[in-house]
Amino acid sequence: MCGIVGLYLKNVELQAQLGSMFKPMLIEMSSRGPDSAGVAIYRNPVEAGQTKFSLAHDDSGFLWETLETNLAASLNCELATSKVANHCILVTDAAETEVISWLQTNYPEVRIVGSGKSIEIFKEVGPPEKVYEQFELEHASGTHMIGHTRMATESAVTTAGSHPFATGADLCLVHNGSLSNHNILRNNLEREGIKFQTENDTEVAGAYMTWKIRSGATLRQALEDGIKEIDGFYTFCIGTQDGFAVVRDPIACKHAVMAETDDWVAMATEFRAIAHLPGSEQARIWEPEPSTIYVWGEQ
Amino acid sequence: MDLLVLFIILMLITLTHIKFIAMKQNIPRTQPRKSATFDDYTLSEIRRAAVSGIYDIRGGGSKRVLPGLDDLLFLGASMSRYPLEGYREACGTDVVLGTRFAKNPIRLKIPITIAGMSFGSLSAQAKEALGRGATIAGTSTTTGDGGMTPEERGQSETLIYQYLPSRYGMNPDDLRKADAIEVVVGQGAKPGGGGMLLGQKISDRVAEMRNLPKGIDQRSACRHPDWTGPDDLEIKINELREITDWEKPIYIKIGGARPYYDTALSVKAGADVIVIDGMQGGTAATQEVFIEHVGQPTLACIRPAVKALQDMGMHRKVQLIVSGGIRNGADVAKALALGADAVSIGTAAMVALGDNDPALEEEYQKLGTTAGAYDDWHEGQDPAGISTQDPELSKRLDPVLAGRRLANYLKVITLEAQTIARACGKSHVLNLEPEDLVALTVESAAMAQVPLSGTDWIPGKK
Amino acid sequence: MDMLDLKELGVRGVNSVLHDLSKSRAKSYQINNPMGQHSIACGLDATMQVKIEGHVGFYCGGMNQHAEIKVNGHAGVGLAENMMSGRIHVSGNASESAGATAHGGLLVIEGDASSRCGISMKGVDIVVGGSVGHMSAFMAQSGCLVICGDAGDALGDSIYEAIIFVRGKVASLGADCIEKEMRPEHQTKLKELLEASSLQADSTEFRRYGSARTLYNFDVDNADAY
Repeated sequence: MCGIVGLYLKNVELQAQLGSMFKPMLIEMSSRGPDSAGVAIYRNPVEAGQTKFSLAHDDSGFLWETLETNLAASLNCELATSKVANHCILVTDAAETEVISWLQTNYPEVRIVGSGKSIEIFKEVGPPEKVYEQFELEHASGTHMIGHTRMATESAVTTAGSHPFATGADLCLVHNGSLSNHNILRNNLEREGIKFQTENDTEVAGAYMTWKIRSGATLRQALEDGIKEIDGFYTFCIGTQDGFAVVRDPIACKHAVMAETDDWVAMATEFRAIAHLPGSEQARIWEPEPSTIYVWGEQ
Repeated sequence: MDLLVLFIILMLITLTHIKFIAMKQNIPRTQPRKSATFDDYTLSEIRRAAVSGIYDIRGGGSKRVLPGLDDLLFLGASMSRYPLEGYREACGTDVVLGTRFAKNPIRLKIPITIAGMSFGSLSAQAKEALGRGATIAGTSTTTGDGGMTPEERGQSETLIYQYLPSRYGMNPDDLRKADAIEVVVGQGAKPGGGGMLLGQKISDRVAEMRNLPKGIDQRSACRHPDWTGPDDLEIKINELREITDWEKPIYIKIGGARPYYDTALSVKAGADVIVIDGMQGGTAATQEVFIEHVGQPTLACIRPAVKALQDMGMHRKVQLIVSGGIRNGADVAKALALGADAVSIGTAAMVALGDNDPALEEEYQKLGTTAGAYDDWHEGQDPAGISTQDPELSKRLDPVLAGRRLANYLKVITLEAQTIARACGKSHVLNLEPEDLVALTVESAAMAQVPLSGTDWIPGKK
Repeated sequence: MDMLDLKELGVRGVNSVLHDLSKSRAKSYQINNPMGQHSIACGLDATMQVKIEGHVGFYCGGMNQHAEIKVNGHAGVGLAENMMSGRIHVSGNASESAGATAHGGLLVIEGDASSRCGISMKGVDIVVGGSVGHMSAFMAQSGCLVICGDAGDALGDSIYEAIIFVRGKVASLGADCIEKEMRPEHQTKLKELLEASSLQADSTEFRRYGSARTLYNFDVDNADAY
């Protein structure tokens, strides 16, 4: 049970204000999600041949510089890191799979929170306002952002259990609702070789998307299959490289609202999150239909 | 020659046959044995289903043998603990519910409340009796899935108003007249189910209160119409507070499903008080299969609920009421020892009023049942006048006398709880703690998280 | 007309003023900067006029009695839920469960209403200028729901005695809900409601829907409908 928000800037001149526009949206959802918060911000796209990783470690004193040195030496690659609180954004020209496998072998306690060309994922336990501050997002600039405030239902309040969940390159998922067949799905996905860190139902939805896309499905196909195979109550917001997607289950009890102006497209669990955006009073406001996939920013 | 052979053959056959019969008559039969799987009740249910084509509906809570509070025992005073003298050395029983947000919390003289039961499922006389008895005893009653009657509000000094998925009879005037509001997410007999009242009990008055055509079978909503989930419940609770200017405590009632998470989420949704109802908790009517196979025993729900409160630093700040098969002062004391702030009774209150009384055995027989087993309350033919809308039958219940009976019973179970608490050295029943208990079985030890009697062992605890 | 700035006063501040029934209070108010907040003007219990400039969140006008509330904007979930009497009018759209379990009064939505419009309604009259979403009039017990646009799936599922008038298309009907004959008394009632709502529509273009009443007493052959 949670609050989800998403903001995509159509007007490139507003990109410098992405973080400050997004902040009140996320904070407004604190009462329905007091346990933890997370965002995915799309910014600073890397060069061709490079991959950007979002990494996290529970120990805020962890020495990322040592990891950087060792990785550069082992894989003989170029890389750059920038540390924010207990997260680290790592950009490298080494092959993605090699980096992941190296990290899992040498630094198993480092969490690989996301990867892609422009995505950066930050998430942590604590009230949304604190989390936003901790990751210095107020002055961030970028093209679009997805956020989540969490009220844990049947799993523990941990960082690993926070959303967004990465589901592939530049892809992530946030969820409001409660799934009912995620345990069966988790068992099946584990047999396909996917590893899970939590008992969280959303992690299963994220892994399902990852598996579908990895097996060759397009985003739309994966979501269409998801509507059929994932049971329970949900509104999903999926961050993509170019924008975001929204889908609601057939019963559609968990509220969701969308709004659009010439400058931006936004989605939120409640309108009061969108009310803070400039021009929200005159925006076109509507609700996503059940079992329908909405995608913005598709190339 | 052929005739002779034929005769001999015939004789042989006859003799063999006679011998065979003689042998059979000497074989003892085995003891007739009924199947434990296909027992008498199960066989009768299959036959009933084959004729009617509808699931069996009845009232009450789970009737099967379950791990329960009887499996726990108190450790009385001995060398290291000293008891309190009766009477002179007071053992307090008062409790305050709803201290978290409300301007006017509920103050009760005893930690036993009367659970929600609707006018419609019960007669007006029964509701009045409950109000009278509870008031004499210094405790509260609760409305049910039908709304608030003037009789109950008139007679009950402290009245909790239920807010259910059906919203039958819900209105802001009654909301403001209530002393507290109980948002019903579910109940022990049917977690995930809705209210049920069949045509026989939808009298003119009930129909008017519920805004239904008279004599039809009421269909039930199992979810609230305008919110789903604790994150939206938080907004709904705020609305109820706004409408009543933040004066009244808001309770959340849940059936025994996932007591740890349900409790934690209720706190997050903004509850002042949480009510957890185990599967022994009764209902006026629902499917038999729901009562017996969905939900958890009350004993299994208490410790997880208390742990959730403790983990959030909310134990004793958000109060916990436990219900579902509370019968006597020992049950009261045990629930409190495990961490509850109070208990709630439904079935026991009905019995105190006169439900299932052997004095009415002849009439129970006519209904095809017997005193102690009568649970077809949905048919509305209760000879005791309690779970009926029939005017002739309802008249049999004298609300003043029945109220007195309830008050007596509440007095007794309070005294019993005090007796036990004093024997454990407590000057207040809320000072009872889990360490005052041991368990007789491995299951109850695991559920209550207290040691198996005679050992140090708590199953499941490192 | 008294002006109330919700940004300044907060929801509690605004509602406290509106709940104050002392003689000195104004009979009409305007609320500015609602900011999509919840429970605005809920629990009103007096003849008064309240105008809200902007979009409101959940449960606006919840349990309204006697008051007239006008929202110049959109409304969130549970608009006018459990209204007892009075009138609530929204110029924009309404979210899910508009008019849920309401017992009386008139709810007018000029735009669209989302799913579950009129769910469990108990006597309220609802007039929607646009369309309604799925499961509208679910378990609707009494009152009238007028839909000038289209209705989504499962209209009137498990309906009791409420009456539904639809001008546009009905995506599908719910259990026990059927089209019924439009008789003079229904035309009259419909005309009255359209006039009261100030929405322009020709009452002769509407069709009537209601309960087939086959689920009123359980019959095993209808088991699929439950």
